Amino acid sequence: MGLKNKDFLGMTYLTADEIMEILDTAKTMKMVISSGNKKTSHLQGKSVVTLFYENSTRTRLSFELASKYMGSASANISASGSSVAKGESLLDTVRTIDMMGTDIIIMRHPQSGAPHSICKKVKASIVNAGDGMNEHPTQALLDMLTMYERFDTFEGKKIAICGDIYHSRVVRSNVIGLTKLGAKVSVYGPRTMMPIGIDQMGCTIADSVADCVKDADAVMGLRVQLERQQSALFPSVAEYARFYSITPEMLALAKPDAFLMHPGPCNHGVELPTAVYDCDQSVINEQVTNGVAVRMAVLYLLMARRNNL
Amino acid sequence: MKTILKNCKVFGSDKTELYIDGSKFSEAFAENEADEVIDLDGKTVLPGLVDMHVHFREPGYEYRETIATGSAAAAHGGFTSVAVMPNTHPVCDNAAVVSGILKKAEEAGLCRVYPIGAATKGIAGKEISEIGLMKEAGIVAVSDDGNPIATAGILRRVLEYASDFDVPVLNHCEEKTLDIGAAMNEGVVSARIGIKGVPTAAEDIMIARDIILAEYLDTRIHICHVSTKGGVRMIRDAKARGVKVTCETCPHYFTLTDEACAEYDTNAKMHPPLRTEEHRQAIIEGIKDGTIDCIVTDHAPHHQDEKEVEFSVANNGIVGLESSFALGYTYLVKTGIITLDRLVELMCYAPSKILNIGRGGLDVGDDADLAVFDLENEFTFDKEKMLTKGRNTPFDGWKLYGETVLTIMGGKKTYEKLC
Repeated sequence: MGLKNKDFLGMTYLTADEIMEILDTAKTMKMVISSGNKKTSHLQGKSVVTLFYENSTRTRLSFELASKYMGSASANISASGSSVAKGESLLDTVRTIDMMGTDIIIMRHPQSGAPHSICKKVKASIVNAGDGMNEHPTQALLDMLTMYERFDTFEGKKIAICGDIYHSRVVRSNVIGLTKLGAKVSVYGPRTMMPIGIDQMGCTIADSVADCVKDADAVMGLRVQLERQQSALFPSVAEYARFYSITPEMLALAKPDAFLMHPGPCNHGVELPTAVYDCDQSVINEQVTNGVAVRMAVLYLLMARRNNL
Repeated sequence: MKTILKNCKVFGSDKTELYIDGSKFSEAFAENEADEVIDLDGKTVLPGLVDMHVHFREPGYEYRETIATGSAAAAHGGFTSVAVMPNTHPVCDNAAVVSGILKKAEEAGLCRVYPIGAATKGIAGKEISEIGLMKEAGIVAVSDDGNPIATAGILRRVLEYASDFDVPVLNHCEEKTLDIGAAMNEGVVSARIGIKGVPTAAEDIMIARDIILAEYLDTRIHICHVSTKGGVRMIRDAKARGVKVTCETCPHYFTLTDEACAEYDTNAKMHPPLRTEEHRQAIIEGIKDGTIDCIVTDHAPHHQDEKEVEFSVANNGIVGLESSFALGYTYLVKTGIITLDRLVELMCYAPSKILNIGRGGLDVGDDADLAVFDLENEFTFDKEKMLTKGRNTPFDGWKLYGETVLTIMGGKKTYEKLC
């Protein structure tokens, strides 16, 4: 039981078996969350710190609740309210947290590979809560848990992902994770937001939203990351909404029992019309609950590894 | 001071002994007249190597490298001549800085250091620098290396004006508008690890432009550190048409690909970036068929604080002087791709000719510049044994052939392996 590696850096480093173990564990954790007594003792006597260099609502809060539900001592640091604002380097900051006896450091950083660059230099386990454009593994796992509650197997299932593929760490983690479990992933977005080489990661590039969504078992919209646009990759929000959003007509092309996901936060009227966000097929709010369950599972399995050493 | 090197294989001849009197190779003399007789145990003596593209960081960035430490590293690599790029602080764009570099190099006394002047004032790409005055002070070329000469209009003026003084222009070719915060090559690896990539097209576009201008103006142009298949192809075609274009590549472009960046190793980060296997093969083909004239290191020492950081914010560049010959020998000669003669052409005669510095002689009367290498025994390249201040090498721990045993510059030992 437990995970193979000390750190939890991304779907890249997980085997199919490890992914399934996390999802199965998360199903159990979900029962804890829905029970009247949200308390386990799996992290009792342990300490968990979240270190966020970027803004977050869902990820940060769900990690924090996950660690508290499991009884850990937990603390939070933001880049703006710490010595980071005085110019302290990432390595010095993480070493400082490590030397306070921290077991797990949950880290979000705007640079791809930032957790990779420091993980070998600390004793604590590093959990990647999103690094630049690289990976957001717990988001992919909560997406997969949402699917797993509706599928018996991922084998042969078509997952459609539409939007800003280039800047999305959610896409990278989903493509890597889903293809490891045998799903077929189709991606689509403006050509200016489609990274060269993405097709060699095991997904297919669709020709249009319709082509992407057609006969899909699950459809995922992505947030247009306006804050990451250094140069205009599309001419206007109106044009984006006209050609690249997932409208009710588009969603109707997916399988009848298909469901709609979105990692949030959503730009209503850009990547999705509000009517779609709120439609019967939307499972966006359920994803949020699953986020807590998956993060409990990851923390639990990481700590199980540490305890076994 | 009289020295005899005996029991050695002298490159380019069947001689087994070399005689040095003062700073020059001399006619044979008796062992009892010699101050020192060095038995080389059958090892190979090459002419002292020439690297026409290094960064010694002085003045301004002495915490990364000084002219003295860079010279020691050069000697350790078997180099007796190097040309230093002008992107120091202040920029080497005037005769005073040129003279200062030469003075420091003289004091260090471990390597011939040839300054390269900035092509434009402040390497800002706007106004031609004082190329004539800098030539009088001792520059052997001009370049804005680190930066491309971004506009065709300025490059035209630099090519024309430098040709009045017969000074070669070395251009770093990257079209910067295609590089929006890129930290590596654009391709499947950059897509996978979420790092912004720069396309090979960025390099190809500027190489094409440079060739077109040099052809139109009938001037020389030298393309720095070629890393792409398209670049090699265009230079090959241009040479066949008679365009006066020369070029260089670096050991990392024929030994590594962008897969080296897959775990965010900042010692695999440089500009131009490591490319894919297809491009690596094209570089090897260009070396083999003569399209590529020289192997240079682009020796770029950085402090650990500038490298042990997040990949995207880490400085570009790696050190190379102390691994260059062994990588060339192991990956090009041992593999049968080229001969040792060709490697010496790439690492000595060709750069000497492009810079017109008259290096490479092993005959009586020539400056006694030489390097002795052990071509028979494998060694492990160890970054802690480097004499550069930098530790930013991706080759630590590599098993190589061609360890430097002895380097002599102007009749003086500049490096000797302690046995």
